[in-house]
Amino acid sequence: MIFRAAAFAALVIVLAAVPLFAGAYPVKLLEEILIWGIFAMSLDLLMGYAGMVSFGHSAFFGVGGYLAALLLKSAPGAASALLLPALGAGLCALAIGFFSIRVSGVYFIMLTLAFSQMFYAVAFQAAWLGAEDGIVGVPRPIILGADLGRPMSFHLYLVALCALAALVLWRVVRSPFGHVLRGIHENEARMQAVGYPVNRYKLLAFVIAGIIAGVAGSLYTQFVGSITPDAFFWTASGEVLLMVIIGGTGTLGGAALGAAAFILLQSLVSSYTERWMLILGLTFILFVLFAPGGIVGALRGRIGLRA
Amino acid sequence: MSFVPDFFAQALNGLSYGVLLFLLSVGLTLIFGMLDIVNLAHGSFYMLGAYAGLALIAGTGSFWLALALAPLVVGGIGAVIERSCLRPLYRRPALDQVLLTFGFIYLFGDVVKWIFGGRIRSIPSPDLFSGSVTVLGATVPSYRLFVIAFGLGMAVVLWLLIERTRLGAIVRAGVFDAEMTAGMGINIDRVFTGVFAGGAALAGLSGVIAGPIQSAYPPMGAGILIPALIVVVVGGLGSLKGSLAGSLIIGQAETFGKAWFPGASMLIIYVVMALILLFRPRGLFGRPLR
Repeated sequence: MIFRAAAFAALVIVLAAVPLFAGAYPVKLLEEILIWGIFAMSLDLLMGYAGMVSFGHSAFFGVGGYLAALLLKSAPGAASALLLPALGAGLCALAIGFFSIRVSGVYFIMLTLAFSQMFYAVAFQAAWLGAEDGIVGVPRPIILGADLGRPMSFHLYLVALCALAALVLWRVVRSPFGHVLRGIHENEARMQAVGYPVNRYKLLAFVIAGIIAGVAGSLYTQFVGSITPDAFFWTASGEVLLMVIIGGTGTLGGAALGAAAFILLQSLVSSYTERWMLILGLTFILFVLFAPGGIVGALRGRIGLRA
Repeated sequence: MSFVPDFFAQALNGLSYGVLLFLLSVGLTLIFGMLDIVNLAHGSFYMLGAYAGLALIAGTGSFWLALALAPLVVGGIGAVIERSCLRPLYRRPALDQVLLTFGFIYLFGDVVKWIFGGRIRSIPSPDLFSGSVTVLGATVPSYRLFVIAFGLGMAVVLWLLIERTRLGAIVRAGVFDAEMTAGMGINIDRVFTGVFAGGAALAGLSGVIAGPIQSAYPPMGAGILIPALIVVVVGGLGSLKGSLAGSLIIGQAETFGKAWFPGASMLIIYVVMALILLFRPRGLFGRPLR
Protein backbone atom coordinates (compact mmCIF):
# COMPACT_ATOMS: atom_id res chain seq x y z
CA MET A 1 0.00 0.00 0.00
CA ILE A 2 2.68 2.46 1.05
CA PHE A 3 4.80 1.21 -1.82
CA ARG A 4 1.97 1.83 -4.26
CA ALA A 5 1.30 5.34 -2.92
CA ALA A 6 5.01 6.15 -3.17
CA ALA A 7 5.19 4.81 -6.71
CA PHE A 8 2.12 6.84 -7.71
CA ALA A 9 3.58 10.02 -6.15
CA ALA A 10 6.91 9.42 -7.88
CA LEU A 11 5.15 8.93 -11.22
CA VAL A 12 3.20 12.17 -10.78
CA ILE A 13 6.39 14.08 -9.93
CA VAL A 14 8.23 12.66 -12.94
CA LEU A 15 5.32 13.48 -15.25
CA ALA A 16 5.15 17.00 -13.86
CA ALA A 17 8.89 17.49 -14.39
CA VAL A 18 8.98 16.27 -18.01
CA PRO A 19 8.95 19.80 -19.57
CA LEU A 20 12.17 20.58 -17.66
CA PHE A 21 14.20 18.12 -19.69
CA ALA A 22 12.13 17.26 -22.78
CA GLY A 23 11.39 19.21 -25.94
CA ALA A 24 8.08 20.68 -26.99
CA TYR A 25 6.91 17.70 -29.08
CA PRO A 26 7.32 14.97 -26.41
CA VAL A 27 5.57 17.24 -23.91
CA LYS A 28 2.70 17.73 -26.33
CA LEU A 29 2.41 13.95 -26.77
CA LEU A 30 2.47 13.44 -23.02
CA GLU A 31 -0.29 16.01 -22.53
CA GLU A 32 -2.41 14.29 -25.15
CA ILE A 33 -1.83 10.98 -23.37
CA LEU A 34 -2.89 12.50 -20.04
CA ILE A 35 -6.18 13.76 -21.50
CA TRP A 36 -7.03 10.52 -23.33
CA GLY A 37 -5.85 8.64 -20.24
CA ILE A 38 -8.55 10.36 -18.17
CA PHE A 39 -11.12 9.55 -20.86
CA ALA A 40 -10.02 5.90 -21.10
CA MET A 41 -10.01 5.43 -17.31
CA SER A 42 -13.57 6.77 -17.10
CA LEU A 43 -14.69 4.24 -19.72
CA ASP A 44 -12.86 1.48 -17.90
CA LEU A 45 -15.00 2.14 -14.82
CA LEU A 46 -18.00 1.15 -16.96
CA MET A 47 -16.39 -1.59 -19.02
CA GLY A 48 -13.92 -3.21 -16.71
CA TYR A 49 -15.77 -2.91 -13.43
CA ALA A 50 -19.50 -2.62 -14.11
CA GLY A 51 -19.34 -4.72 -17.30
CA MET A 52 -21.23 -2.11 -19.33
CA VAL A 53 -19.59 -1.73 -22.73
CA SER A 54 -20.63 1.67 -23.98
CA PHE A 55 -20.09 2.55 -27.62
CA GLY A 56 -21.28 6.09 -26.99
CA HIS A 57 -18.82 7.39 -24.45
CA SER A 58 -17.75 10.13 -26.85
CA ALA A 59 -21.11 11.84 -26.15
CA PHE A 60 -19.86 12.99 -22.74
CA PHE A 61 -16.40 13.87 -23.99
CA GLY A 62 -18.04 16.01 -26.67
CA VAL A 63 -20.54 17.65 -24.33
CA GLY A 64 -17.71 18.58 -21.95
CA GLY A 65 -15.66 19.88 -24.85
CA TYR A 66 -18.44 21.96 -26.39
CA LEU A 67 -19.58 23.41 -23.06
CA ALA A 68 -16.03 24.43 -22.25
CA ALA A 69 -15.62 25.99 -25.70
CA LEU A 70 -18.85 28.02 -25.37
CA LEU A 71 -18.23 29.11 -21.78
CA LEU A 72 -14.51 29.85 -21.94
CA LYS A 73 -15.11 32.35 -24.74
CA SER A 74 -17.12 34.54 -22.39
CA ALA A 75 -15.70 33.74 -18.94
CA PRO A 76 -12.31 32.00 -18.79
CA GLY A 77 -12.47 30.77 -15.17
CA ALA A 78 -12.63 27.50 -13.26
CA ALA A 79 -16.40 27.26 -13.53
CA SER A 80 -16.27 27.39 -17.33
CA ALA A 81 -13.25 25.13 -17.59
CA LEU A 82 -14.16 22.35 -15.20
CA LEU A 83 -17.29 22.70 -13.09
CA LEU A 84 -19.97 23.35 -15.70
CA PRO A 85 -18.63 20.95 -18.37
CA ALA A 86 -18.51 18.21 -15.73
CA LEU A 87 -22.04 19.05 -14.60
CA GLY A 88 -23.38 19.16 -18.15
CA ALA A 89 -21.78 15.86 -19.08
CA GLY A 90 -23.12 14.33 -15.87
CA LEU A 91 -26.67 15.45 -16.67
CA CYS A 92 -26.41 14.02 -20.18
CA ALA A 93 -25.12 10.76 -18.72
CA LEU A 94 -28.08 10.71 -16.33
CA ALA A 95 -30.54 11.09 -19.22
CA ILE A 96 -28.83 8.64 -21.60
CA GLY A 97 -28.12 6.19 -18.79
CA PHE A 98 -31.73 6.27 -17.64
CA PHE A 99 -32.82 4.82 -21.01
CA SER A 100 -29.80 2.67 -21.81
CA ILE A 101 -29.24 0.71 -18.61
CA ARG A 102 -32.57 -1.09 -18.99
CA VAL A 103 -30.94 -3.25 -21.64
CA SER A 104 -27.58 -4.96 -21.61
CA GLY A 105 -24.97 -6.51 -23.84
CA VAL A 106 -25.31 -5.86 -27.54
CA TYR A 107 -28.53 -3.85 -27.09
CA PHE A 108 -26.69 -1.54 -24.70
CA ILE A 109 -23.96 -1.07 -27.30
CA MET A 110 -26.51 -0.13 -29.97
CA LEU A 111 -28.47 2.29 -27.79
CA THR A 112 -25.40 4.13 -26.51
CA LEU A 113 -24.10 4.27 -30.08
CA ALA A 114 -27.35 5.77 -31.33
CA PHE A 115 -27.46 8.35 -28.53
CA SER A 116 -23.93 9.57 -29.17
CA GLN A 117 -24.66 9.83 -32.89
CA MET A 118 -27.63 12.00 -32.01
CA PHE A 119 -25.25 14.48 -30.39
CA TYR A 120 -23.08 14.30 -33.49
CA ALA A 121 -26.10 15.09 -35.67
CA VAL A 122 -26.98 18.13 -33.55
CA ALA A 123 -23.41 19.45 -33.37
CA PHE A 124 -22.91 18.92 -37.10
CA GLN A 125 -25.93 21.00 -38.07
CA ALA A 126 -26.46 23.59 -35.33
CA ALA A 127 -25.24 27.00 -36.45
CA TRP A 128 -24.73 28.20 -32.87
CA LEU A 129 -22.26 25.33 -32.35
CA GLY A 130 -20.35 26.28 -35.49
CA ALA A 131 -21.86 23.35 -37.43
CA GLU A 132 -19.23 21.32 -39.32
CA ASP A 133 -16.33 23.60 -38.39
CA GLY A 134 -16.97 23.46 -34.66
CA ILE A 135 -15.81 26.20 -32.30
CA VAL A 136 -12.34 27.61 -32.75
CA GLY A 137 -10.16 30.12 -30.92
CA VAL A 138 -11.02 28.99 -27.40
CA PRO A 139 -8.77 30.68 -24.81
CA ARG A 140 -7.20 28.75 -21.94
CA PRO A 141 -8.62 29.67 -18.54
CA ILE A 142 -7.15 31.51 -15.55
CA ILE A 143 -7.66 29.40 -12.44
CA LEU A 144 -6.75 30.49 -8.90
CA GLY A 145 -4.68 33.32 -10.34
CA ALA A 146 -2.64 30.94 -12.52
CA ASP A 147 -2.67 31.84 -16.20
CA LEU A 148 -2.94 28.48 -17.96
CA GLY A 149 -2.00 30.11 -21.22
CA ARG A 150 1.59 29.60 -20.06
CA PRO A 151 2.79 26.13 -21.17
CA MET A 152 4.30 25.07 -17.84
CA SER A 153 1.24 25.97 -15.75
CA PHE A 154 -1.02 24.21 -18.25
CA HIS A 155 1.17 21.11 -18.05
CA LEU A 156 1.05 21.04 -14.25
CA TYR A 157 -2.71 21.60 -14.36
CA LEU A 158 -3.13 18.58 -16.66
CA VAL A 159 -0.89 16.36 -14.54
CA ALA A 160 -2.73 17.40 -11.37
CA LEU A 161 -6.17 16.74 -12.89
CA CYS A 162 -5.13 13.40 -14.35
CA ALA A 163 -3.75 12.33 -10.97
CA LEU A 164 -6.95 13.54 -9.31
CA ALA A 165 -9.11 11.60 -11.78
CA ALA A 166 -7.03 8.47 -11.22
CA LEU A 167 -7.35 8.84 -7.43
CA VAL A 168 -11.10 9.44 -7.57
CA LEU A 169 -11.65 6.42 -9.84
CA TRP A 170 -9.32 4.29 -7.74
CA ARG A 171 -11.26 5.29 -4.63
CA VAL A 172 -14.55 4.47 -6.40
CA VAL A 173 -13.53 1.00 -7.54
CA ARG A 174 -12.08 0.16 -4.10
CA SER A 175 -15.19 1.32 -2.26
CA PRO A 176 -18.13 -0.93 -1.36
CA PHE A 177 -19.86 0.69 -4.35
CA GLY A 178 -17.08 -0.53 -6.62
CA HIS A 179 -17.38 -4.04 -5.23
CA VAL A 180 -21.10 -4.06 -5.94
CA LEU A 181 -20.31 -3.01 -9.52
CA ARG A 182 -17.94 -5.93 -9.88
CA GLY A 183 -20.61 -8.19 -8.44
CA ILE A 184 -23.06 -6.94 -11.08
CA HIS A 185 -20.46 -7.65 -13.74
CA GLU A 186 -20.03 -11.21 -12.51
CA ASN A 187 -23.66 -12.07 -11.94
CA GLU A 188 -26.33 -9.42 -12.27
CA ALA A 189 -29.28 -11.67 -11.44
CA ARG A 190 -27.69 -12.79 -8.20
CA MET A 191 -26.90 -9.22 -7.10
CA GLN A 192 -30.53 -8.36 -7.79
CA ALA A 193 -31.69 -11.37 -5.81
CA VAL A 194 -29.44 -10.48 -2.87
CA GLY A 195 -31.29 -7.18 -2.74
CA TYR A 196 -29.08 -4.61 -4.44
CA PRO A 197 -30.95 -2.06 -6.55
CA VAL A 198 -28.84 -3.03 -9.56
CA ASN A 199 -30.14 -0.38 -11.95
CA ARG A 200 -29.45 2.45 -9.52
CA TYR A 201 -25.86 1.25 -9.13
CA LYS A 202 -25.39 1.00 -12.86
CA LEU A 203 -26.86 4.46 -13.42
CA LEU A 204 -24.59 6.00 -10.81
CA ALA A 205 -21.55 4.34 -12.41
CA PHE A 206 -22.69 5.66 -15.79
CA VAL A 207 -23.01 9.20 -14.41
CA ILE A 208 -19.61 9.13 -12.67
CA ALA A 209 -17.97 7.90 -15.87
CA GLY A 210 -19.83 10.58 -17.84
CA ILE A 211 -18.68 13.37 -15.53
CA ILE A 212 -15.04 12.33 -15.78
CA ALA A 213 -15.29 11.94 -19.56
CA GLY A 214 -16.78 15.45 -19.66
CA VAL A 215 -13.75 16.80 -17.81
CA ALA A 216 -11.49 15.02 -20.29
CA GLY A 217 -13.42 16.61 -23.15
CA SER A 218 -13.13 20.06 -21.61
CA LEU A 219 -9.38 19.59 -21.14
CA TYR A 220 -9.12 18.51 -24.76
CA THR A 221 -10.79 21.74 -25.90
CA GLN A 222 -8.40 23.74 -23.73
CA PHE A 223 -5.43 21.77 -25.05
CA VAL A 224 -6.26 22.16 -28.75
CA GLY A 225 -8.05 25.49 -28.51
CA SER A 226 -10.98 24.21 -30.55
CA ILE A 227 -13.60 21.46 -30.77
CA THR A 228 -15.31 19.89 -33.80
CA PRO A 229 -18.29 17.51 -34.22
CA ASP A 230 -15.78 14.70 -34.79
CA ALA A 231 -15.41 14.55 -31.00
CA PHE A 232 -18.91 13.09 -30.98
CA PHE A 233 -18.56 10.70 -33.92
CA TRP A 234 -18.99 7.07 -32.98
CA THR A 235 -15.48 6.14 -34.08
CA ALA A 236 -14.17 8.38 -31.26
CA SER A 237 -16.01 6.10 -28.83
CA GLY A 238 -14.43 3.18 -30.65
CA GLU A 239 -10.97 4.65 -30.30
CA VAL A 240 -11.22 5.04 -26.56
CA LEU A 241 -12.60 1.51 -26.32
CA LEU A 242 -9.55 0.39 -28.25
CA MET A 243 -7.27 2.10 -25.75
CA VAL A 244 -8.94 0.32 -22.85
CA ILE A 245 -8.71 -3.05 -24.63
CA ILE A 246 -5.08 -2.56 -25.64
CA GLY A 247 -4.16 -1.59 -22.09
CA GLY A 248 -6.29 -4.15 -20.31
CA THR A 249 -9.86 -3.86 -19.02
CA GLY A 250 -10.59 -3.78 -15.34
CA THR A 251 -7.33 -2.10 -14.39
CA LEU A 252 -7.32 1.70 -14.28
CA GLY A 253 -3.56 1.79 -14.84
CA GLY A 254 -4.11 -0.43 -17.87
CA ALA A 255 -6.54 2.04 -19.40
CA ALA A 256 -4.02 4.88 -19.01
CA LEU A 257 -1.29 2.61 -20.36
CA GLY A 258 -3.51 1.79 -23.33
CA ALA A 259 -3.99 5.51 -24.05
CA ALA A 260 -0.21 5.95 -23.91
CA ALA A 261 0.41 2.96 -26.17
CA PHE A 262 -2.20 4.15 -28.67
CA ILE A 263 -0.87 7.70 -28.93
CA LEU A 264 2.80 6.72 -28.95
CA LEU A 265 2.16 4.04 -31.57
CA GLN A 266 0.25 6.59 -33.63
CA SER A 267 3.03 9.16 -33.56
CA LEU A 268 5.72 6.52 -34.11
CA VAL A 269 4.01 4.71 -36.98
CA SER A 270 2.85 7.86 -38.72
CA SER A 271 6.42 9.19 -38.74
CA TYR A 272 7.51 6.15 -40.77
CA THR A 273 4.50 5.40 -42.94
CA GLU A 274 1.12 6.76 -43.91
CA ARG A 275 -0.45 3.38 -43.16
CA TRP A 276 -1.24 4.20 -39.53
CA MET A 277 -4.87 3.07 -39.68
CA LEU A 278 -3.87 -0.27 -41.17
CA ILE A 279 -1.34 -0.91 -38.40
CA LEU A 280 -3.87 0.22 -35.81
CA GLY A 281 -6.57 -2.10 -37.15
CA LEU A 282 -4.17 -5.05 -37.27
CA THR A 283 -2.84 -4.36 -33.78
CA PHE A 284 -6.33 -4.22 -32.45
CA ILE A 285 -7.47 -7.41 -34.20
CA LEU A 286 -4.40 -9.26 -32.89
CA PHE A 287 -5.03 -7.99 -29.37
CA VAL A 288 -8.65 -9.16 -29.40
CA LEU A 289 -7.68 -12.55 -30.82
CA PHE A 290 -4.58 -13.33 -28.81
CA ALA A 291 -4.33 -11.00 -25.82
CA PRO A 292 -7.85 -10.20 -24.60
CA GLY A 293 -6.37 -9.05 -21.27
CA GLY A 294 -4.45 -6.28 -23.03
CA ILE A 295 -0.90 -5.27 -22.16
CA VAL A 296 -1.54 -5.61 -18.44
CA GLY A 297 -3.12 -9.03 -18.86
CA ALA A 298 -0.23 -10.24 -21.02
CA LEU A 299 2.29 -9.01 -18.46
CA ARG A 300 0.55 -10.60 -15.54
CA GLY A 301 -0.23 -13.89 -17.27
CA ARG A 302 -3.61 -15.51 -17.21
CA ILE A 303 -3.64 -16.38 -13.52
CA GLY A 304 -3.12 -12.95 -12.09
CA LEU A 305 -5.68 -11.34 -14.37
CA ARG A 306 -8.31 -10.77 -11.73
CA ALA A 307 -5.91 -9.57 -9.06
CA MET B 1 -41.57 23.26 -58.78
CA SER B 2 -45.07 22.48 -57.66
CA PHE B 3 -45.95 20.37 -54.70
CA VAL B 4 -47.01 17.06 -56.25
CA PRO B 5 -43.99 16.43 -58.53
CA ASP B 6 -41.64 17.62 -55.80
CA PHE B 7 -43.24 15.32 -53.26
CA PHE B 8 -43.17 12.43 -55.69
CA ALA B 9 -39.50 12.98 -56.56
CA GLN B 10 -38.62 13.03 -52.87
CA ALA B 11 -40.60 9.87 -52.25
CA LEU B 12 -38.71 8.10 -55.04
CA ASN B 13 -35.37 9.31 -53.64
CA GLY B 14 -36.40 8.01 -50.25
CA LEU B 15 -37.43 4.72 -51.77
CA SER B 16 -34.10 4.21 -53.55
CA TYR B 17 -32.21 5.08 -50.35
CA GLY B 18 -34.49 2.75 -48.39
CA VAL B 19 -33.77 -0.09 -50.80
CA LEU B 20 -30.01 0.38 -50.31
CA LEU B 21 -30.56 0.34 -46.57
CA PHE B 22 -32.60 -2.83 -46.89
CA LEU B 23 -29.83 -4.74 -48.68
CA LEU B 24 -27.44 -3.58 -45.99
CA SER B 25 -29.62 -4.20 -42.97
CA VAL B 26 -30.93 -7.60 -43.98
CA GLY B 27 -27.44 -9.06 -43.57
CA LEU B 28 -26.90 -7.13 -40.37
CA THR B 29 -30.14 -8.37 -38.84
CA LEU B 30 -29.63 -12.03 -39.86
CA ILE B 31 -26.03 -12.03 -38.62
CA PHE B 32 -27.25 -10.51 -35.40
CA GLY B 33 -30.08 -12.99 -35.03
CA MET B 34 -27.89 -15.98 -35.65
CA LEU B 35 -24.40 -15.17 -34.41
CA ASP B 36 -25.53 -12.72 -31.71
CA ILE B 37 -23.04 -10.10 -32.82
CA VAL B 38 -23.33 -6.58 -34.15
CA ASN B 39 -21.12 -6.61 -37.20
CA LEU B 40 -19.64 -3.11 -37.08
CA ALA B 41 -17.64 -3.92 -40.22
CA HIS B 42 -20.88 -4.19 -42.18
CA GLY B 43 -20.47 -0.63 -43.41
CA SER B 44 -16.99 -1.59 -44.57
CA PHE B 45 -18.46 -4.40 -46.67
CA TYR B 46 -20.69 -1.77 -48.29
CA MET B 47 -17.65 0.38 -49.02
CA LEU B 48 -15.69 -2.62 -50.30
CA GLY B 49 -18.62 -3.38 -52.61
CA ALA B 50 -18.51 0.12 -54.07
CA TYR B 51 -14.74 -0.05 -54.66
CA ALA B 52 -14.87 -3.61 -55.99
CA GLY B 53 -17.52 -2.34 -58.39
CA LEU B 54 -15.30 0.58 -59.37
CA ALA B 55 -12.35 -1.72 -60.07
CA LEU B 56 -14.42 -4.29 -61.93
CA ILE B 57 -16.08 -1.67 -64.12
CA ALA B 58 -12.64 -0.31 -64.96
CA GLY B 59 -11.34 -3.83 -65.60
CA THR B 60 -14.21 -5.38 -67.53
CA GLY B 61 -15.88 -2.27 -68.90
CA SER B 62 -19.26 -3.64 -67.92
CA PHE B 63 -21.42 -2.43 -65.05
CA TRP B 64 -23.49 -5.62 -65.14
CA LEU B 65 -20.47 -7.88 -64.82
CA ALA B 66 -19.30 -5.77 -61.87
CA LEU B 67 -22.77 -6.02 -60.32
CA ALA B 68 -22.56 -9.80 -60.51
CA LEU B 69 -18.93 -10.23 -59.42
CA ALA B 70 -18.39 -7.58 -56.72
CA PRO B 71 -20.80 -9.21 -54.22
CA LEU B 72 -18.94 -12.50 -54.71
CA VAL B 73 -15.64 -10.79 -53.88
CA VAL B 74 -17.07 -9.15 -50.76
CA GLY B 75 -18.87 -12.34 -49.73
CA GLY B 76 -15.59 -14.24 -50.07
CA ILE B 77 -13.86 -11.71 -47.81
CA GLY B 78 -16.71 -12.14 -45.33
CA ALA B 79 -16.35 -15.93 -45.37
CA VAL B 80 -12.62 -15.68 -44.72
CA ILE B 81 -13.16 -13.31 -41.79
CA GLU B 82 -15.80 -15.54 -40.24
CA ARG B 83 -13.68 -18.68 -40.57
CA SER B 84 -10.36 -17.24 -39.49
CA CYS B 85 -11.16 -14.58 -36.93
CA LEU B 86 -14.73 -14.82 -35.63
CA ARG B 87 -14.97 -18.58 -35.20
CA PRO B 88 -12.21 -18.85 -32.58
CA LEU B 89 -14.11 -16.24 -30.54
CA TYR B 90 -17.54 -17.90 -30.31
CA ARG B 91 -16.71 -19.29 -26.89
CA ARG B 92 -15.73 -15.89 -25.60
CA PRO B 93 -18.15 -13.10 -24.57
CA ALA B 94 -20.09 -11.78 -27.61
CA LEU B 95 -18.46 -8.44 -27.04
CA ASP B 96 -15.04 -9.63 -28.18
CA GLN B 97 -16.51 -10.37 -31.58
CA VAL B 98 -18.10 -6.93 -31.83
CA LEU B 99 -14.77 -5.34 -30.98
CA LEU B 100 -13.00 -7.50 -33.53
CA THR B 101 -15.30 -6.26 -36.27
CA PHE B 102 -14.46 -2.71 -35.20
CA GLY B 103 -10.77 -3.43 -35.90
CA PHE B 104 -11.66 -4.42 -39.46
CA ILE B 105 -13.15 -0.98 -40.12
CA TYR B 106 -9.68 0.55 -39.78
CA LEU B 107 -8.05 -2.25 -41.71
CA PHE B 108 -10.38 -2.08 -44.72
CA GLY B 109 -10.60 1.71 -44.66
CA ASP B 110 -6.85 2.02 -44.96
CA VAL B 111 -6.34 -0.78 -47.48
CA VAL B 112 -8.88 0.88 -49.77
CA LYS B 113 -7.22 4.27 -49.29
CA TRP B 114 -3.90 2.65 -50.13
CA ILE B 115 -5.12 1.10 -53.37
CA PHE B 116 -7.57 3.72 -54.62
CA GLY B 117 -6.48 6.91 -52.85
CA GLY B 118 -8.58 8.93 -50.42
CA ARG B 119 -10.44 11.06 -52.96
CA ILE B 120 -14.09 10.67 -53.89
CA ARG B 121 -14.29 8.47 -57.00
CA SER B 122 -17.42 8.77 -59.08
CA ILE B 123 -18.87 5.65 -60.67
CA PRO B 124 -20.77 6.05 -63.96
CA SER B 125 -24.26 4.63 -64.18
CA PRO B 126 -24.71 1.92 -66.82
CA ASP B 127 -25.50 3.20 -70.34
CA LEU B 128 -28.92 1.60 -70.29
CA PHE B 129 -29.98 3.82 -67.36
CA SER B 130 -27.92 6.94 -67.95
CA GLY B 131 -30.89 9.14 -68.91
CA SER B 132 -33.83 10.37 -66.92
CA VAL B 133 -37.56 9.95 -67.21
CA THR B 134 -40.49 12.15 -66.27
CA VAL B 135 -43.05 10.57 -63.98
CA LEU B 136 -46.05 12.55 -62.69
CA GLY B 137 -44.30 15.76 -63.68
CA ALA B 138 -41.14 14.88 -61.77
CA THR B 139 -37.86 14.31 -63.57
CA VAL B 140 -36.17 11.26 -62.11
CA PRO B 141 -32.85 9.68 -63.16
CA SER B 142 -33.82 6.34 -64.65
CA TYR B 143 -30.98 4.71 -62.69
CA ARG B 144 -32.88 5.45 -59.49
CA LEU B 145 -35.91 3.63 -60.83
CA PHE B 146 -33.66 0.69 -61.66
CA VAL B 147 -32.26 0.69 -58.09
CA ILE B 148 -35.79 0.66 -56.67
CA ALA B 149 -36.96 -2.15 -58.94
CA PHE B 150 -33.79 -4.16 -58.37
CA GLY B 151 -33.96 -3.75 -54.59
CA LEU B 152 -37.62 -4.68 -54.36
CA GLY B 153 -36.91 -7.66 -56.62
CA MET B 154 -34.11 -8.73 -54.27
CA ALA B 155 -36.52 -8.41 -51.34
CA VAL B 156 -38.91 -10.85 -53.04
CA VAL B 157 -36.07 -13.26 -53.87
CA LEU B 158 -34.77 -13.14 -50.31
CA TRP B 159 -38.23 -13.63 -48.90
CA LEU B 160 -38.76 -16.71 -51.09
CA LEU B 161 -35.31 -18.00 -50.18
CA ILE B 162 -35.82 -17.61 -46.45
CA GLU B 163 -39.51 -18.49 -46.12
CA ARG B 164 -39.94 -21.08 -48.86
CA THR B 165 -36.79 -23.18 -49.10
CA ARG B 166 -35.16 -25.79 -46.90
CA LEU B 167 -32.04 -23.64 -46.63
CA GLY B 168 -34.18 -20.74 -45.47
CA ALA B 169 -35.84 -22.93 -42.87
CA ILE B 170 -32.42 -23.88 -41.50
CA VAL B 171 -31.41 -20.20 -41.31
CA ARG B 172 -34.66 -19.31 -39.54
CA ALA B 173 -34.14 -22.16 -37.11
CA GLY B 174 -30.59 -20.99 -36.48
CA VAL B 175 -31.77 -17.45 -35.76
CA PHE B 176 -34.35 -18.82 -33.33
CA ASP B 177 -32.04 -21.20 -31.46
CA ALA B 178 -28.64 -22.04 -32.91
CA GLU B 179 -27.78 -24.68 -30.32
CA MET B 180 -30.99 -26.60 -30.83
CA THR B 181 -30.56 -26.44 -34.61
CA ALA B 182 -27.11 -27.98 -34.24
CA GLY B 183 -28.70 -30.64 -32.05
CA MET B 184 -31.03 -31.57 -34.91
CA GLY B 185 -28.03 -32.63 -36.93
CA ILE B 186 -27.51 -29.44 -38.92
CA ASN B 187 -23.91 -28.42 -39.53
CA ILE B 188 -24.42 -25.05 -37.88
CA ASP B 189 -20.81 -23.94 -38.39
CA ARG B 190 -21.29 -24.01 -42.13
CA VAL B 191 -24.61 -22.14 -41.79
CA PHE B 192 -22.86 -19.45 -39.71
CA THR B 193 -20.22 -19.00 -42.38
CA GLY B 194 -22.88 -18.94 -45.06
CA VAL B 195 -25.01 -16.32 -43.29
CA PHE B 196 -22.02 -14.11 -42.57
CA ALA B 197 -20.74 -14.38 -46.14
CA GLY B 198 -24.24 -13.90 -47.55
CA GLY B 199 -24.77 -10.79 -45.42
CA ALA B 200 -21.41 -9.43 -46.54
CA ALA B 201 -22.28 -10.13 -50.18
CA LEU B 202 -25.60 -8.28 -49.83
CA ALA B 203 -23.81 -5.32 -48.25
CA GLY B 204 -21.35 -5.44 -51.16
CA LEU B 205 -24.24 -5.54 -53.61
CA SER B 206 -25.73 -2.50 -51.90
CA GLY B 207 -22.38 -0.76 -52.28
CA VAL B 208 -22.16 -1.50 -56.01
CA ILE B 209 -25.60 -0.18 -56.83
CA ALA B 210 -25.08 2.81 -54.53
CA GLY B 211 -21.89 3.68 -56.43
CA PRO B 212 -23.44 5.67 -59.31
CA ILE B 213 -25.67 7.58 -56.84
CA GLN B 214 -23.30 8.28 -53.96
CA SER B 215 -19.80 7.73 -55.50
CA ALA B 216 -17.12 5.85 -53.58
CA TYR B 217 -15.01 7.28 -50.75
CA PRO B 218 -13.30 5.49 -47.86
CA PRO B 219 -15.40 6.78 -44.92
CA MET B 220 -18.72 5.93 -46.65
CA GLY B 221 -19.00 2.74 -44.61
CA ALA B 222 -18.77 4.36 -41.18
CA GLY B 223 -21.45 6.84 -42.24
CA ILE B 224 -24.06 4.39 -43.48
CA LEU B 225 -23.59 1.88 -40.65
CA ILE B 226 -25.57 4.01 -38.21
CA PRO B 227 -28.77 4.32 -40.32
CA ALA B 228 -28.50 0.58 -41.04
CA LEU B 229 -28.26 -0.20 -37.33
CA ILE B 230 -31.24 2.05 -36.69
CA VAL B 231 -33.18 0.12 -39.33
CA VAL B 232 -32.36 -3.10 -37.50
CA VAL B 233 -33.48 -1.65 -34.16
CA VAL B 234 -36.66 -0.15 -35.64
CA GLY B 235 -37.60 -3.25 -37.63
CA GLY B 236 -36.84 -5.75 -34.90
CA LEU B 237 -33.70 -7.83 -34.52
CA GLY B 238 -33.42 -10.90 -36.69
CA SER B 239 -36.50 -10.16 -38.81
CA LEU B 240 -36.47 -9.93 -42.61
CA LYS B 241 -39.87 -8.26 -42.69
CA GLY B 242 -38.73 -5.79 -40.05
CA SER B 243 -35.62 -5.01 -42.04
CA LEU B 244 -37.71 -4.17 -45.11
CA ALA B 245 -40.28 -2.08 -43.20
CA GLY B 246 -37.55 -0.32 -41.19
CA SER B 247 -35.54 0.50 -44.32
CA LEU B 248 -38.50 2.02 -46.11
CA ILE B 249 -39.45 4.10 -43.05
CA ILE B 250 -35.93 5.33 -42.36
CA GLY B 251 -35.28 5.96 -46.06
CA GLN B 252 -38.35 8.20 -46.34
CA ALA B 253 -37.72 9.86 -42.95
CA GLU B 254 -34.19 10.84 -43.89
CA THR B 255 -35.06 12.04 -47.39
CA PHE B 256 -38.07 14.10 -46.36
CA GLY B 257 -36.17 15.36 -43.32
CA LYS B 258 -33.52 16.77 -45.65
CA ALA B 259 -36.14 18.51 -47.76
CA TRP B 260 -38.42 19.83 -45.03
CA PHE B 261 -36.16 20.36 -42.01
CA PRO B 262 -32.76 21.11 -43.55
CA GLY B 263 -31.44 22.43 -40.24
CA ALA B 264 -32.20 19.26 -38.29
CA SER B 265 -32.36 16.59 -40.98
CA MET B 266 -29.76 14.34 -39.39
CA LEU B 267 -31.79 14.21 -36.20
CA ILE B 268 -35.00 12.91 -37.77
CA ILE B 269 -34.06 9.24 -37.93
CA TYR B 270 -33.22 9.24 -34.21
CA VAL B 271 -36.59 10.78 -33.42
CA VAL B 272 -38.28 8.05 -35.47
CA MET B 273 -36.25 5.40 -33.67
CA ALA B 274 -37.05 6.85 -30.24
CA LEU B 275 -40.77 7.02 -31.03
CA ILE B 276 -40.92 3.43 -32.24
CA LEU B 277 -38.89 2.13 -29.32
CA LEU B 278 -41.09 4.06 -26.92
CA PHE B 279 -44.27 2.33 -28.09
CA ARG B 280 -42.76 -0.96 -29.21
CA PRO B 281 -39.42 -1.68 -27.53
CA ARG B 282 -38.80 -4.85 -29.54
CA GLY B 283 -39.13 -3.06 -32.88
CA LEU B 284 -41.88 -3.48 -35.45
CA PHE B 285 -41.47 -7.19 -36.18
CA GLY B 286 -39.05 -8.29 -33.48
CA ARG B 287 -39.45 -11.20 -31.14
CA PRO B 288 -40.45 -10.25 -27.59
CA LEU B 289 -37.38 -9.23 -25.59
CA ARG B 290 -36.22 -12.01 -23.33
